[in-house]
Amino acid sequence: MAGAESYPEDLKYHPEHDWARVEGDEAVLGITWWAQDALGELVHFEAPAVGGLTVKDEAYGEVESVKAVSDVVSPLSGEILEVNEKAIDEPESINDDPYGEGWLIRIRLSDPTEVNDLLDVEAYRAVVAEQ
Amino acid sequence: MSADGLRSTPLHDRHVALGARMVPFAGWEMPVQYEGVIPEHLAVRRDRGVFDVSHMGQFHVEGPKQQELLQGLLSNDLARLSDGEAQYTLLTNDNGGIVDDLIAYRLGPFHTLLVVNAGNRAAAYAWLKEREISGSEVRDASDDYALLAVQGPTAIASLGLPEAPAFTHAMGEVDGVEVMVCRTGYTGEAGVELMCAAEDAVGLWDAVVANGTTPCGLGARDTLRLEVCYPLHGNDITSDTDAISAGLGWTCALEKEFSGVAELRRVKEEGPDRKLVAFVMDEKAVPRQGMPIHGGGEVTSGTHSPMLDLGIGMGYVPAASAAPGTELVIDVRGRPKRAHVVKKPIYTKSIHVKEES
Repeated sequence: MAGAESYPEDLKYHPEHDWARVEGDEAVLGITWWAQDALGELVHFEAPAVGGLTVKDEAYGEVESVKAVSDVVSPLSGEILEVNEKAIDEPESINDDPYGEGWLIRIRLSDPTEVNDLLDVEAYRAVVAEQ
Repeated sequence: MSADGLRSTPLHDRHVALGARMVPFAGWEMPVQYEGVIPEHLAVRRDRGVFDVSHMGQFHVEGPKQQELLQGLLSNDLARLSDGEAQYTLLTNDNGGIVDDLIAYRLGPFHTLLVVNAGNRAAAYAWLKEREISGSEVRDASDDYALLAVQGPTAIASLGLPEAPAFTHAMGEVDGVEVMVCRTGYTGEAGVELMCAAEDAVGLWDAVVANGTTPCGLGARDTLRLEVCYPLHGNDITSDTDAISAGLGWTCALEKEFSGVAELRRVKEEGPDRKLVAFVMDEKAVPRQGMPIHGGGEVTSGTHSPMLDLGIGMGYVPAASAAPGTELVIDVRGRPKRAHVVKKPIYTKSIHVKEES
């Protein structure tokens, strides 16, 4: 099961419990520790197709635990460059390492200014504290 | 009762202290999981686990005419039971629909104990009470008792109890607590359900947990029962579904007279239009209750099987699509996903020994 609660400083966050690691005009996306903990042990990642588009604030996939399913909301708009096959084959890796081996997709940003709308770690921690 | 109107069992504080995630279920605040559904599920399949099922209801039915009353309302034949035996049976309505599924324990010629689902306790009690006949009395004693299910291959030995055939019961003692030991359960594993006085529940729970038994929540209870295709009332069987279509004809003594028997005989004679089947997914997806099955069917229960590491479920399909091997397509939130019908149960220990590693 997952490690201790953590929210890395270098990530940008979406209030729907998603994170983005922005690297130039690309970003890696995933779900936060809080999201995986709320869902419990994940058993399925319904991934989007490579080449498709994500739209900021809209769902691009689903993560599912034994008991519940949740949309994964994209924090940023872009073209999907890569999907993490390990997250599909071993969904528990999303629980074990939500910011590392359990990343979900990599995108090329269509509007890098959207990054300015995202939360920094302190603002996201405040969102979590209200849950 | 808590502020949100939910009832809690005598073990509520124990669950919270163990870090359980508490959820509303059938009007009760119950633990859905402690460590996690999957480790709890595996503990029961490989070793043992304990479930607080004190939310379930207990009715005493007593009097010289108690069996006559029950024979007219329950589908199975109580006359087949001797003292110390139990049977799975259905409370049926006049249309053959299932008001509740329950276990009847014969305590004596003039005394039967019924253990009913929490969500149906009020409806089942009203149904029985309204039909009492002279010389019979139905009494809801649910609040007097706690019920712990200790399930798994090591469960019985861990409690220091003697082996006994399934569907038998006897009085016994566990760590100084007087219990009714029932060789019944909802997991497909060997094990017992221990009924004790409500005030003894904490002591019994502590003794079982201290003995190395894994606390398990309703999440694992659901995945365990679905792997072995035990129906869940409210999902797979309801007051609008009949026993024959649900594959529960074996619980119906159609040669005797009971509520709805004429309709059940007709369905049996003509063959059901649709049948409750078990299926496994052929693609990665988790089926859920209410999802359409292409061709006119519907999923009634679905989950991820921890033993098979696949999506599994049960659902009603047209009778022509009910044979094992038949391919199904399930609408998973708009995405068609392939599955196929399998013989029940979905999981049996003998054919899945390779899973044990």
